Amino acid sequence: MNQNKLISYSYIFTFFMMTISGFGQMPIFKRYYMADIPGLEWLAKYYITHYLHYLFAIMFLSLISYISMEYFLTKREKLIITTSGYVGSLLLSTLSLTGILLVIRNFSGHLFSSSFIVYLDLIHLGAVILILMTGLFCMVFNKKWLEKP
Amino acid sequence: MSKEISRRTFLKGGIASACTLAISGTPAAAEKKPDIQLLTLIDISKCIGCEACVDACREVNAEKFPDPKKPFPKMFPKRVPVADWSDKQNVSDRLTPYNWLFIQNASVEIDGEEIDLTIPRRCMHCVNPPCVKLCPFGSARQLENGISIIKSDICLGGSKCKAVCPWHIPERQTGVGIYLDILPSLAGNGVMYKCDRCYNKIAKGELPACIEECPENVQTIGPRDEIIKQAQNLAKETKGYIYGEKENGGTNTIYISPVPFDKLNNAIEKGNGKPHLKPVKDTMENANNLAAAMFIAPFAGVAAAAGKYYQIVKTGEKNDEGGPSNESE
Ligand code: HEM
Ligand code: SF4
Ligand code: SF4
Ligand code: SF4
Repeated sequence: MNQNKLISYSYIFTFFMMTISGFGQMPIFKRYYMADIPGLEWLAKYYITHYLHYLFAIMFLSLISYISMEYFLTKREKLIITTSGYVGSLLLSTLSLTGILLVIRNFSGHLFSSSFIVYLDLIHLGAVILILMTGLFCMVFNKKWLEKP
Repeated sequence: MSKEISRRTFLKGGIASACTLAISGTPAAAEKKPDIQLLTLIDISKCIGCEACVDACREVNAEKFPDPKKPFPKMFPKRVPVADWSDKQNVSDRLTPYNWLFIQNASVEIDGEEIDLTIPRRCMHCVNPPCVKLCPFGSARQLENGISIIKSDICLGGSKCKAVCPWHIPERQTGVGIYLDILPSLAGNGVMYKCDRCYNKIAKGELPACIEECPENVQTIGPRDEIIKQAQNLAKETKGYIYGEKENGGTNTIYISPVPFDKLNNAIEKGNGKPHLKPVKDTMENANNLAAAMFIAPFAGVAAAAGKYYQIVKTGEKNDEGGPSNESE
């Protein structure tokens, strides 16, 4: 497997795991039988999905910063970012930023105001839903994030 | 400096119980300074099990209790459990949405003598409460004085707080709350309830109802560091045992018992709404330990890309083709 393929497969896998473990933060997998499937019981174990969300966030943040930096250094001349690309990047940045702030929130201490935390949760969740929709849109209409000029 | 004033503000609210407070340890004093958490010391040996605290809690907090409308909306799928305490509001031997404090009994032996201990049980008000931090909607929250509360107007009743609480304290009532206005059959299941440390009374400089009404001054509330010292001294003097100081990474409730807590834990009735007294390790610790790696991750990604670029440039120079042109901007 060449390096680019390896990066994009890791990215897809990481994003998939982030989404699963992220939705696992909400009490839905048990209610809707997913956690009844043998081998998927962990989906309803909050400390496990929480830990996985963190673990894959490390992968995710390394990957998106690698991919952006690589683009900036080596592909900027050859490929331009499309409108879908800008929308996607903006959403991914929002997701990462709110995610990181939520991680900071989880340390001991009264760090953010309660209403700010409600917004963080809602924006994080909203960004996930918009990204999934954007991704689907780009796949269906074959919109690329990068294009030859 | 503001000791006198804050003491007076506090005294306005609860003269009768002033003796239960450390001199400078008024809730009002702690309220003003952020990051000072309020801690309660519970001296189990003093409790006579009269349940005055239980009654006081129910009376003072009655206005916060759920008032569900029936019939409840049908929930999908069918197996979603309905939690209805509205016909059992008088139950007082366990935690319920209508009973945030109860007395646990333990028959133990001290020096060959059988004695009955009574233990007031409620939310421990963890220093870093998982019920608050892991609530996906921010409905559970921690106040600056360390008190954790569940906002009943935005709680969806998914019971995650109960699942992640090491003592499984919050209790659900179906048929109330904001889920009724969203998708009642598909998401949410009521509202979670638990002790809120009488935060509204404390904000007014008053004492929590259970402390105010206790005839034996079983509980002492004050700034965390002071009460910890007091608790440690008390434990030393009485050769007592401590619970809550280290549990779940530290809680704002410390019990002092004349017998070891593993003995107490064996002697109490445990189960739904009846929390244990086992040692608890810090539930937030494992994930929080990953956070350092998370903050380094973006830099690692950038460094890896820069390394790759450097390789390309170097190979480019070796092949004498010149580096990639995008460096000249
Ligand atoms: C930079 C990466 C990310 C970090 C650091 C992060 C972190 C977090 C944190 C801390 C929470 C709150 C839950 C809790 O406190 O236990 C959360 C919730 C959630 N995350 Fe992420 N996240 C990241 C990226 C993602 C991604 C890529 C997805 C999915 C595509 C995702 C989906 C979710 C969902 C669905 C929730 C639950 C909803 C909510 O709490 O609002 N997250 N995330
Ligand atoms: S009021 Fe005091 S003595 Fe009576 S049960 Fe409560 S804590 Fe114990
Ligand atoms: S004891 Fe349970 S409900 Fe109370 S603050 Fe700790 S985690 Fe939350
Ligand atoms: S602090 Fe208030 S809410 Fe909590 S048990 Fe005591 S009386 Fe009840």
